[in-house]
Amino acid sequence: MLRLENLSKTYKTGDQALKEIDLEVPEGQVMALIGPSGAGKSTLIRCINRLVEPSGGGAWLKDVELTKLSSRGLRRERRRMGMIFQEYALIERLTVMENVLSGRLGYVGFWRSFLRRYPQQDIDTAFRLLDRVGLLSMADKRADELSGGQRQRVGICRALIQDPDLLLVDEPTASLDPKTSRQIMRLICELCEERQLAAIINIHDVALAQMFVQRVVGLRLGTIEFDGAPGSLTPDVLTMIYGEEDWESTIRPVDDDHGAAAE
Amino acid sequence: MPVADRNGTRVWRRRTQAQSLFHWAIWLVGTAIFVYCWQMISEATTWFFVWDAPRISADIWTRATPPRWEYVTQLGEPIWDTLNIATLGTIIAICLAVPVAFLAARNTTPSVLFVRPIALLVIVSSRSINSLIWALLLIAIIGPGILSGVMAIAIRSIGFCAKLLYEAIEEIDENQVEAIEATGARPWQVMTYGIVPQILPAFAGIAVFRWDINIRESTVLGLVGAGGIGLQLQASLNVLAWPQVSLILVVILAAVVVSEWVSAKVRGAII
Repeated sequence: MLRLENLSKTYKTGDQALKEIDLEVPEGQVMALIGPSGAGKSTLIRCINRLVEPSGGGAWLKDVELTKLSSRGLRRERRRMGMIFQEYALIERLTVMENVLSGRLGYVGFWRSFLRRYPQQDIDTAFRLLDRVGLLSMADKRADELSGGQRQRVGICRALIQDPDLLLVDEPTASLDPKTSRQIMRLICELCEERQLAAIINIHDVALAQMFVQRVVGLRLGTIEFDGAPGSLTPDVLTMIYGEEDWESTIRPVDDDHGAAAE
Repeated sequence: MPVADRNGTRVWRRRTQAQSLFHWAIWLVGTAIFVYCWQMISEATTWFFVWDAPRISADIWTRATPPRWEYVTQLGEPIWDTLNIATLGTIIAICLAVPVAFLAARNTTPSVLFVRPIALLVIVSSRSINSLIWALLLIAIIGPGILSGVMAIAIRSIGFCAKLLYEAIEEIDENQVEAIEATGARPWQVMTYGIVPQILPAFAGIAVFRWDINIRESTVLGLVGAGGIGLQLQASLNVLAWPQVSLILVVILAAVVVSEWVSAKVRGAII
């Protein structure tokens, strides 16, 4: 469904962040993108929705070539790609509801969005999503009153209300504690399964990635070093991606915590 | 090297020997210049008048007190004019400053090369000329009266408001802007959702602060004929009516205290 061909990015400073990446993500697949800091993980997902302009190669979402789109066409395609951010990137001074509804900005006109007169259908969807992530009672709170985990749930709602085909997820758990991290990862993966969404999840935590995803891609210095099932991540593979280290304890299968399931 | 090895202990000083010597020399030169200037000013001063100052000020004080309280009935309208000049001037300035600020901010300007320098020029030229001088110019152009005062205050305030506002725009969190862009929002929607909520507190603070300053500035605009309480002050000074002057000063003080209180309240409510 998503296809990257020879996608590369060289920044103005001369840093080659991505070197001719070829990647295909089929419909409904949740894929984790791992790799050390500076490997180009963030650049890769930002090149897909062109928050970062790729300097070469192409990206296709279904049959649309994203890299060739005009700004109007790009806006239309961005609606099909929900994005979730590391630091949540919520509009801090707006309410939870406004933040969720802002995911509909690509669909509603300027004045409707400016006057907050969203279609009732969107508002229904927003309530349903907030209920799904357990934040229904928070709808009227300002985003900056929420805890990290709650904020990330709002971020997830904002991405999902776009009704996307693909989720681009940039370090969703990097600012969260271990328990909340698992809950958020579980939520993202559950929602992807419910809606048959494909997702690319940038993540530092290899063990966490292994727990939830169907496929892991390892990035190092802008090239794909590993592409396979989470089970085939061996210490050798991790050494290849990250460099020499004792990996045995990292990839030990981790028990799921039952306390989190009740949430 | 600030670190020296003395008998095996490493001694650390803030500056090397040469640096301290240089600092000492700078201080010496600075002091010498100060003493020299002091002497020049002293020679150019008629000390007789300075020694006389306490007696003269005591004299003015006795003439100015008590203020002529019944004169207050004639001050109602001028102080109302003054408040209006300040308020209208501030509103006009803000309306014009907002677009200028968006054109001047590096992250929102349509063109860093062409539009931004023009916006910056507007800001600098508005800020570099005092409102009293703007008033003098405007009186020559559109004649004396309140309108000249309003325009002088407005023109003077554009630069101030636009400068502080564009700095606030440049300091926003780009992540929030990216998040809104990623939803497929149009540029105007990105502005109203991604940028405006972030700068709103700064905007309110700037507006109230400038209004506060403008009340003080507009009290003197009458001195050059641009309306407001300054006209009365000028008239009273011309005929040496000291009790009236002192009353006007009391009224101005009261107006400034009230504006200070209002702006503190408003700022507190917003932040």
